[in-house]
Formats: sequence, structure tokens, C-alpha cells
Amino acid sequence: MEIDKAFCQESKKYIEQILDKFCKNKTDQSVRTEDWQDKIILDLIQPGDSVLDLGCGDGNLLLNLKEKGADVQGVELDFSSVMNCVDKGVSVFHANLDEGLSFFHDNCFDYVVLEETAQTLRNPKKVFQEMLRLGKFGIITFPNFGYWKVRLGLLANGKMPVTDWLPYSWSDTPNIHLFTLLDFIEWTEQTNTQIVKGYTWKNGSICPLSDKDNLEAEEVLLILRKKS
Amino acid sequence: MEDKLFTNVKHVTLADKNNPFYLEIAGHIDDVVVEYETYGELSPAKDNAILIAHALSGDAHAAGWDLDWEKYNRPWRENKPGWWDTIIGPGKPLDTNKYFIICSNVVGSCYGTTGPSSIDPESGRPYGLDFPIVTVGDWVNLQRRLIDFLAIDKLLCVIGGSLGGQQALEWALAYPDRLHKCAILASAPRLSSQGLAFNAVGRHSIMHDPNFNDGNYYDREAPSNGLAAARMLAHITYLSEEGMQHKFGRRLRGKMQPDFDFGVEFEVESYLNYQGQRFVERFDANSYLYITKAMDYYDAAEKWGAGDIVEAVKRIECQTLVATFSSDWLYTPEQGREIAQALVKNNKRATYLSVESKFGHDAFLVETESVGRFLRAFLGSK
Repeated sequence: MEIDKAFCQESKKYIEQILDKFCKNKTDQSVRTEDWQDKIILDLIQPGDSVLDLGCGDGNLLLNLKEKGADVQGVELDFSSVMNCVDKGVSVFHANLDEGLSFFHDNCFDYVVLEETAQTLRNPKKVFQEMLRLGKFGIITFPNFGYWKVRLGLLANGKMPVTDWLPYSWSDTPNIHLFTLLDFIEWTEQTNTQIVKGYTWKNGSICPLSDKDNLEAEEVLLILRKKS
Repeated sequence: MEDKLFTNVKHVTLADKNNPFYLEIAGHIDDVVVEYETYGELSPAKDNAILIAHALSGDAHAAGWDLDWEKYNRPWRENKPGWWDTIIGPGKPLDTNKYFIICSNVVGSCYGTTGPSSIDPESGRPYGLDFPIVTVGDWVNLQRRLIDFLAIDKLLCVIGGSLGGQQALEWALAYPDRLHKCAILASAPRLSSQGLAFNAVGRHSIMHDPNFNDGNYYDREAPSNGLAAARMLAHITYLSEEGMQHKFGRRLRGKMQPDFDFGVEFEVESYLNYQGQRFVERFDANSYLYITKAMDYYDAAEKWGAGDIVEAVKRIECQTLVATFSSDWLYTPEQGREIAQALVKNNKRATYLSVESKFGHDAFLVETESVGRFLRAFLGSK
């Protein structure tokens, strides 16, 4: 344990230097905006589009999309969330994404949304594939585990990082498959998947996807499509 | 406090010599009287009507306190409200201040609608087994006649659990333009092999009762032992293993030590005996045969999709909610979910709920809180 403490102290010395060199936003006072992804999705999807939301939670996004004129369907595992969808008049299928989505046909939706859900799945890659099988476009959002604060948190404290975006302690987190933007980009390359467009949340605002985002982005939203 | 709902029995003749009721399998019935009840007021726009479909042993008395129990000699209703009184009534999830609720007894039953215990106008005696085989499709066709009689073009919703859920499904398939919504609870497109087996044993027990006499027992002692045994067996299928264990365990009935004889020893034996006895006081054995037959024959996939449920539900136009209950082993969650899966496979929107419950098949009647909540929400949604 002593040696661990010494390691952490030594790390902190270097962290200052690293931050000065790579991360201009090291103070990071940005406040988490829960629904920045929803805003992008709401702008993107047009009346008449069909949308499947995998892990739709309480159905807030789908309700907004429905009111905009989209044709919406949710899938959700948590029973009380399913009930909240029914309250809102959002069609919802009470099912576990990890058990497969074979009851949907290929290409039967314009968009399939996987919002802040991928990291909770037992078999995320299978669900990514299902997303692209069912929809013309996939929209995925996830917390970027490569974000500098997360990386340095582990280095400097020797403990699993707890941040605004990853607020759970290691033992009670629903997030069982944490991955970085880079990890995900690698997956798209391996599977012939095209990133049509990307957005990130950094410094408290929405930015277009850029090269440095594996380090700087707290949250990522990617619009995907199968390369033909 | 909620107002108490008092109800009256209503009868209407929906078929006669000039307008016979043609049946799905074969033949027709010339005279059909239907017993039904209604609660609440039909709105001027006639857009608040909900039809409730009852299950195997149910009746038109879905809710409230029957003011006519003495008139029709139904003493069991004196101290007991309708079978879904927890869900239907003023201020309840199916709010009678808001909705016009209709429930009718199915043809072949014994609660005021024409059935095997009714007088056959040709012979002047009760039909008995001369009554024709009726189906879930016939029940729905007759309900449609009732809705026509009430001058309602389009129901807001048809709701049913178990065999009632199959009627709700059949409504959505047979008359897609006559309902806006459909709620199917603890049900499936068809009964499983295990379900067929239980019904077969129930009928065997009735038909081999020494008093059965080919169904001609209305002027003598009825096959009550057979009917009671059928009910006891069926009752087991309505509960779950866990639920039974929880309710009765291995507790002995009113004693500390068993008597080591063939009397009633365990609580669960006593409970089933009681259920069997109560049932024979209020149900006709022939009706049990006819209704279980209808349950056996129903297959939505076969009828509407040449065996393929995905093909069948192409016809459905209404918003559909399917709810199953985790410990239901008569109509299992997997079987019920097929309906919702088939809808989404057709790119139709559907809501499917899998309710965690230890109450087995009976859960749709017992899980008042969750059932009430999702029905209220489903009816209220646009």
C-alpha cells in the first residue's frame, strides 16, 4: 500500500505537466447537461421517420420524437421504466437487449438509437450489429472512458474513477463494459461500419467530432451506417 | 371514498328465426339471448366504450354489486362484487365515471346467455349435448352483434385476460376497424399441448361422472363430483408452485398431527375441495365442456395466418398491449409475447409487458396495482 501511495504522489507531479501540454480545459468546470444527445437526435429525426430506441428508459426521447411526428418504438428492460413509457403512450417492448432482437425484421427502422446503454450490455458488439441490421442508421452515445480526467483519475488515485459522467462506484455500477472512443472506432473499422457524423460533449458544449476527442471528449454521439 | 357501483342484469335477443346466428364450425342457433351489463354512460360521441371479455368460468358481472342476485337466484353474488371489481368502477383504473363499460356472457355459458342448459325451442327440453360446438370466433361475432345493438361504431378498447384475452385478440383480427385499442392479458394465440391436456382431464372427469347421463341431467342430480374435480384440477393450473407453497405450504388443516386416513389432511386439499364445491353451486357441467372446447380449438395463427402468427397479425390495425405474468404456466410469458413479437415483425407498434408475479395465471386478476396502472395509462394515451 505504501508503494501505491508513493506512485500516486509521483504521478500527480507529472500530471500537471501533462495537462499543460495536452489539455487546455484542465480546470473543467463544465456542468453535465443530461440531454445534449437528445437535442441532436431531435434535430436529426424528421416527421415520418421510424425510430427504435434500444434501452429507451422512461421514454422521454421517444415521446418528444412522437410529438414531432416520428413513428416510435422502444425496448426497455426495467419494469418501472416500461410502465413510465406506457404512461406516456409510447409503445414499448419489455425485453432484455442481451437476449437478442430477432423479433424485429432487417431494416425496419430509419434510425435505431442506443443512448447511454452500450456500456451496460453483456454483449455490446452483438447489440451494435443488431442496431445496424434493424436500422438504416444507428445512433450511439456513450461516455468516453479515454477522457483525460478518467485516465488521470485512475493514475493519480489508484482507484476506479468517479466523475459526473461515470458517477457510480466500482461495485454498484451498471456499466460493465467501459470503452473509449478509440476502442469504438476500432470496432467500426473491423466491421465495415461507417461513422457518418459525430459529436462530442466537451467544455460544456457540443462540438463536432475531432482528432483529439479520445482524450478530450466526455461523451460521444456517433451516427453510423453499414458500408455498402 | 369511492362510490359503490350497483349493477343490473340486462338481456337482449340478438338472434331469432329471421336472423339466425351462424356458427364458425357448423350450423346455426335460431334463438340467442345474451346477458350483459354496462357501467358508466356512453358519451354523445360514442367514443368511450370498452368491452370486457370474461374467461372460462366468468360472467357478465364484471364489477359492482348485483341488485338482481335474488331475482336470478345467484346467492353467491350477495356478498361478492363482480370478478374484476378491483379494476372496474368509479375512480378505478377502468373508471366508470369516464368510460362506458360493457361485459357480456359468452354463448355456451350458463349465466343468462343461451347455452346447453337453455331450452331448445325444437324439443322443448334443455339442449344438453345437442347444443352446437361454439368457438371464440362465435363469441366475438355475438359481441359484435351486441355492439351493433348498442349502436357503437368503434370501441375504444377490448380488454380480456386468459380466454378473455383470446377474445380481445380475435376482435383485433376479425374486426380491425371496430376498435382503437386492444389489451391482451395472460393469454396466447393458442393453448399449449399441456393446456389441452388439462382441459381433456377436466372433461373426462365430468363425462365419466355416473350422473352425467350424456349431458341430460337437468331434471335430476347433476354430475357435480366430476365438475368439482375438473375445477380443482384447473385451479391448480391457475396458481404457481411458489404461490401455492406461500399460501398453504404443507400446513395441516385444523390439526397438529395428521390422522393417517383418507380425510382432508392438508390446507391445500381443503382449499381445493372448497373451490370445487363453490363451483358446482354456480356452474353447469355442460357449459364447462363447451367452453373448454372453444378454448382448445382457438388458434389465431391457424385461423388468420395459415399457421403463421406473423402473417395473421398483419390484419391488426389497433394499438395493442400484451401483458404476461412471470409465473403463469398455463399461458406462459413466451407464448403471450409471440403476439407482440409478431406485431413488431410486421413493423407495427406494440407494447409488451412482462409482469413479475408469484400468483401464476391468476395474476391478471390479483396483481391489481400493476394491471390497474398499465391499463389506466394505456386507455388514457393517445
